[in-house]
Amino acid sequence: MVDVIERAADQCFMPLTVGGGLRSVKDMYTMLRAGADKISINSSALANPDLIRSGAEKFGSQCIVVSIDAKNVAPERWEVFSHGGRRTTGREAVDWAKQAVSLGAGEIVLNSIDADGTKAGFDLVITKRVSEAVGVPVVASGGAGNLDHMAAVLLEGKADAVLAASIFHFGEYTVGDVKKFLATKGIPVRFV
Amino acid sequence: MIGLIDYGSGNLRSVHKALVKVGAQVRIAQRPEELTGVRAAVLPGVGAFDDCIQALRGRGLLEAARGFIKSGRPFLGICVGYQALFEKSEEFHSCAAGLGVFQGKVVRFSDSSGLKIPQIGWNQLEIVGRECPLYRGIASGSYVYFVHSFFPKPTDLSIVATRTVYGETFASSVWRDNVFATQFHPEKSQKVGLQLLRNFVEFANQRA
Repeated sequence: MVDVIERAADQCFMPLTVGGGLRSVKDMYTMLRAGADKISINSSALANPDLIRSGAEKFGSQCIVVSIDAKNVAPERWEVFSHGGRRTTGREAVDWAKQAVSLGAGEIVLNSIDADGTKAGFDLVITKRVSEAVGVPVVASGGAGNLDHMAAVLLEGKADAVLAASIFHFGEYTVGDVKKFLATKGIPVRFV
Repeated sequence: MIGLIDYGSGNLRSVHKALVKVGAQVRIAQRPEELTGVRAAVLPGVGAFDDCIQALRGRGLLEAARGFIKSGRPFLGICVGYQALFEKSEEFHSCAAGLGVFQGKVVRFSDSSGLKIPQIGWNQLEIVGRECPLYRGIASGSYVYFVHSFFPKPTDLSIVATRTVYGETFASSVWRDNVFATQFHPEKSQKVGLQLLRNFVEFANQRA
């Protein structure tokens, strides 16, 4: 893992967030030294919320991204799942996002388990609720299938950024296509 | 040879790789004596002000950095390495004293702007007035990458090299004589950042 991070960081000269199985401040430090700029934690933060605080105190809030997998379990209720969406935690998503930020998280990646992989669009409702509840950037994840979905989650869902995987991996759109489209909607983007 | 000051800062490797990419020879300096004989020095940084100052002091690198700057050799501070050049910080009720190379203190973005703090992302530089060698070939309005909640407020506004607006206007980089410092991360700012580092390395080579 460290080797992959090093090789990616040595080439890209752009911000790199690393996540997956990081459980301690020492794990975080190893990844930062390998070239990561931010650390993303999910299950380990749910198991030990104080990890958010200790990471933020050591490396600064800007370094600590808390990733949240949320599922709409009942009308008006989104719960947080851990372990890649396999285990329920009983926590309510907006509450957990607020707690994570109060402990020092500098950014939230909010992934909708229901929308993820569907390419049917983001979950605008929970994205908007979380984004309006916290004072840190919220990255919306899960459900991107076309350009309109991206614009919708930024404009209606109030997300600060969008995350997509499949549509880029399979070459349907390039990052440049998305940026051009978002710019036509009046959303600020950086052109390179 | 550029000395890269290593006090445990998380972005050391990224800065190292970026300097090598633009053709610099780099020596990682973990001890004060490793800075003797280098042509220029870079103080990277990410994270908390107090941690940075304490870690530098613990390794004797705080005094070494001060001495290096006094020697007149080119020096570049990045992010917390920029903030460390000032007198003090408001972060976490900080009581650590910075290098005091520049007068002024490090303050937090005001919550009243309604913008999200930290500022994480790309933002634009307005290159101010004077001909700063760091910005040769870089257009005003270029985007660079920021990750920070705090920024220094220089008392002497004549040192400001670029301004950036995030709710309020702040000094996104400064320059005086041999000392350059940026709040943004050139090592993470793709082409523009690499150009800036290349300019620094060239400036250092010319001064030698």
